[in-house]
Amino acid sequence: MKILTGNDLTSGDVIWWTGDGWSRHIEHAVDVDAHGEAIAAQEEAARRVNAPYVIQGEMTEAGPRPGHIKDRIRAVGPTVRTDLGLKPADPSIGEWVI
Amino acid sequence: MYRYDDYDQAIVDARVEEFRDQTNRRLAGELSEDQFKPLRLMNGLYLQLHAYMLRVAIPYGTLSGRQMRMLAHIARTYDKDYGHFTTRQNLQYNWIKLADAPEILAQLATVEMHAIQTSGNCIRNISSDQYAGAAAEEIEDPRPWAELLRQWSTFHPEFIFLPRKFKIAVTASEVDRTAVKLHDIGLQIHRNAAGEAGFRVFVGGGMGRTPMVAPVIREFLPKEQLISYLEACLRVYNRFGRRDNMYKARIKILVHELGADEYRRQVEEEFLHTRTLGLDAPMDEFDRIAAGFAPPAFETGLSDEIDQTSPAFARWVGNQVAAHKTPGYAIVNISLKPTGGIPGDASSAQIDLMADLAEAYSFDELRITHAQNVVLAHVKKSDLFAIWQKLDAAGLATPNLDLVSDIIACPGLDYCSLANARSIPVAQKIAERFADLDRQRDLGELKIKISGCINACGHHHAGHIGILGVDRKGEENYQLSFGGSGAEDASLAKIIGPGFSEDGVVDAVEKAVDVYKALRSDGERFLDTYRRIGEAPFKEAIYG
Ligand code: HEM
Ligand code: SF4
Repeated sequence: MKILTGNDLTSGDVIWWTGDGWSRHIEHAVDVDAHGEAIAAQEEAARRVNAPYVIQGEMTEAGPRPGHIKDRIRAVGPTVRTDLGLKPADPSIGEWVI
Repeated sequence: MYRYDDYDQAIVDARVEEFRDQTNRRLAGELSEDQFKPLRLMNGLYLQLHAYMLRVAIPYGTLSGRQMRMLAHIARTYDKDYGHFTTRQNLQYNWIKLADAPEILAQLATVEMHAIQTSGNCIRNISSDQYAGAAAEEIEDPRPWAELLRQWSTFHPEFIFLPRKFKIAVTASEVDRTAVKLHDIGLQIHRNAAGEAGFRVFVGGGMGRTPMVAPVIREFLPKEQLISYLEACLRVYNRFGRRDNMYKARIKILVHELGADEYRRQVEEEFLHTRTLGLDAPMDEFDRIAAGFAPPAFETGLSDEIDQTSPAFARWVGNQVAAHKTPGYAIVNISLKPTGGIPGDASSAQIDLMADLAEAYSFDELRITHAQNVVLAHVKKSDLFAIWQKLDAAGLATPNLDLVSDIIACPGLDYCSLANARSIPVAQKIAERFADLDRQRDLGELKIKISGCINACGHHHAGHIGILGVDRKGEENYQLSFGGSGAEDASLAKIIGPGFSEDGVVDAVEKAVDVYKALRSDGERFLDTYRRIGEAPFKEAIYG
């Protein structure tokens, strides 16, 4: 699958395209197929995202997962400070990020 | 400490208001990211992996308790309660909101701080010796010169768009704590045969993808000619630096390609001209700056005795406390490298505590070191025990300065968008592997430095053991190298062989350390043994 991601313009938070908006949770990401660039351009112009880009991902049973380690780390926060991520108490994170 | 005059304050305040306006226009959609990005970078605001990152300059690594407390306040109010001290003596916040950035800069300005020239192809924050004004072997305090250079280089129109970034270090000691030969320009105050003090000028050092130890371009430069000489160095660079290729744009490439002799010839030719332009600071202006660095009012007649009945305290004194030039005083090194911790990170509470200690015990002054630690430069020996107790209670008393667990690590793939691999977890695992302090002490000085990509922010080229994270088909992989040094015996580390996984590199480090232990001669550091016996025994143990 193709996933569209970027950072929220104002907060800088990592965000994922959900089909009708943005979410901080990778679980909400949808397959943008061939439309990623077009959505990115439109959303960037509307100042809802900064530095958007399309990545290769994979749909797993647990939800969408970015293909590259860099975006997996973006999805959960620094691996050395899991307390600062979105799911500080989720022990399964270590199983798929690295 | 040097205090801003009206000019300093006015330009910093004006810059804050300018950036506030630029940010408002970005948020209102009047500026695109393409337009805004160079503006935010000029104010130290990057976009990193998880959020905006703000890099705050700490000129020559010196700051007051009040400034340190402001850093804590910002971490607490606008970030996630911590900051990261960098190898360039700066501080980075990792979770800044764009809308908050102007206000943060405004607050920094109230304590004479800013983020100007912490990014971009300009002269960056000038770094210096963390023992400045305290080390016995130093010729004079190098920081007035660093401050003069800060004033000269701030918004210098000719040097705002150099071919590439430009880093300058200043020291006045033969013992090099600044990596002076690994900077674009390194300045070392020394004495000539006539006993006069002047600058030895190194040009063209650096790390990054093409590491170079800088050659000496001027053996002796009279101090009062510093500015006109540096203008000549930079003009030659500005004219001939490789603007066509970002990877060849640093001055080290120019000096290397021209050769030191030809570069020197061109600089001297230019200098004949720049000397006549009245660029050098009037000496009374220099004296005004230098007055800001006058030695504090040291007490006399103090005892040099330290009661070391507590073994833990004695161990800390043995490792973290360095000799001071004044009887009865000492230099305290605060470790930001607790075993298993994140090198260079400190919580707001820890930053506040260090500010308190500086105010109470060290003439209200702190220093940040390029090894990502903190120094209290002027402490009474009789206060050491009280200081140690407070540091220990805050997790800041790990006695590991320059030992195997005192690792320099860049933020790597945990934070940095340019990274190929994570650096911090490797540092943590190595520190945990060698957690036993007796073992660390036995191994002696051993500097491990880790970067998450070829940019070398973690100084891996200058590590006795250097580790570089690379991307091997989407997997983190680590190259191991040996024999580097960022000190007075500067050298570049050499890659030993094929790379490793994260756990593999920790094992390989341990094997190398075992070789050293088995083959070292009396008094030899890891680096000395490696230099004497060469790489073969290490290679054999690691790959054999
Ligand atoms: C996270 C954001 C950072 C970015 C985007 C970044 C970017 C870079 C780049 C591109 C270079 C190579 C420059 C060149 O060779 O022309 C570099 C070098 C360097 N950076 Fe960083 N860096 C970052 C963080 C840091 C940190 C946290 C430190 C300190 C721990 C640091 C210290 C250095 C040093 C010492 C060098 C080597 C200087 C040299 O090339 O001579 N940087 N950085
Ligand atoms: S060395 Fe690379 S990974 Fe590390 S901070 Fe610098 S740019 Fe980022």
